[in-house]
Amino acid sequence: MDYLKEIRWSPYVVGAGIGVLSWLSFLISRKPIACSTAFAKASGMIEKMIRGDMVDSKPYYQKVKLVIDWQWMLVTGIVFGSLFSALLSGDFHLQLVPALWASRFGTGAVKRILAALLGGICLGFGARWADGCTSGHGISGTMQLALSSWISATCFFVGGIVTARLLFRF
Amino acid sequence: MSAQSLPAKEKSRISQLIQGLLIGLVFGFLLQKGGVTKYDVIAGQLLLRDFTVIKVMLSAVLVGMAGIYTMKGLGWVELYPKSGSLGMNVIGGLIFGVGFAILGYCPGTIAGAVGNGSMDALVGGVAGIMAGSGLFAALYPWLNEGVLKWGFYGKVTLPQLFKVGERKMVLIAAAAILVVLAVLEVARL
Repeated sequence: MDYLKEIRWSPYVVGAGIGVLSWLSFLISRKPIACSTAFAKASGMIEKMIRGDMVDSKPYYQKVKLVIDWQWMLVTGIVFGSLFSALLSGDFHLQLVPALWASRFGTGAVKRILAALLGGICLGFGARWADGCTSGHGISGTMQLALSSWISATCFFVGGIVTARLLFRF
Repeated sequence: MSAQSLPAKEKSRISQLIQGLLIGLVFGFLLQKGGVTKYDVIAGQLLLRDFTVIKVMLSAVLVGMAGIYTMKGLGWVELYPKSGSLGMNVIGGLIFGVGFAILGYCPGTIAGAVGNGSMDALVGGVAGIMAGSGLFAALYPWLNEGVLKWGFYGKVTLPQLFKVGERKMVLIAAAAILVVLAVLEVARL
């Protein structure tokens, strides 16, 4: 049981674990693990609370129905699974500005929150545009050997590496 | 109302929701143990200083691929490759990448970051992802008539594209992943 209390596991153990979890997801739920559509549903649900049922008739929400589904619960599960792991190992830290960010941009919270908001907008917009994220395309799609996913995953990292270099200028 | 009297459709829906939650709990636990619920680890990967993210992803793909293609061969599972086009995957992928670097989390790991206590993820990131998704939904009818259709290839898989057997393609991909992981280890990255 002490292993569960360790702060970090080998990335290969974690990766293999996610691989086995994918088998179970295909076998039991008949679905690949994916995350980003849940955020689109949450976004549409909030819009629906404000603007009413007409939101359901938007063409995108005809395709992606605004209901709490398997994936929505999966993303909820991630929050609590991570919390459980962090509490077990004493690695839970309330933090607003990450150390690496602070080393380049300073400890200002407002700057970090605004950047996270802007980054999140690009990330959410890009995930819908590409129809998947680092889990749906990057892990589940590439393991199925889907062309769409290999191209997307490559572009996630090309875009990410170039942008990170520009942000950190070195 | 007791569980027995629920209609079958509702029962299967509840069962799906519970399965999703359980898979998510294990996924989140693993992501946190891997360190990839942290900005410093993800940004470190994009700065090519810390290769944890790539190691986790490639080993997940290696193990996952071996298992699902074996189970597919046995007729136990079906695959669900996503349809795509160059317009979708290249442009969308690059936009995603820009956001990935600025935010320092992705949609799965940000949920884990929230569980890990990162408030920049909760206050800024989650709100941003939802706003970006909503913006796409608003522009979808227009984008769908144009750029999303450019270079359409649909649900094609690598074995179909290169006209090689699935088993051979799985072995090639597995060998390529093992070479990359071996290089990272030899280079002590």
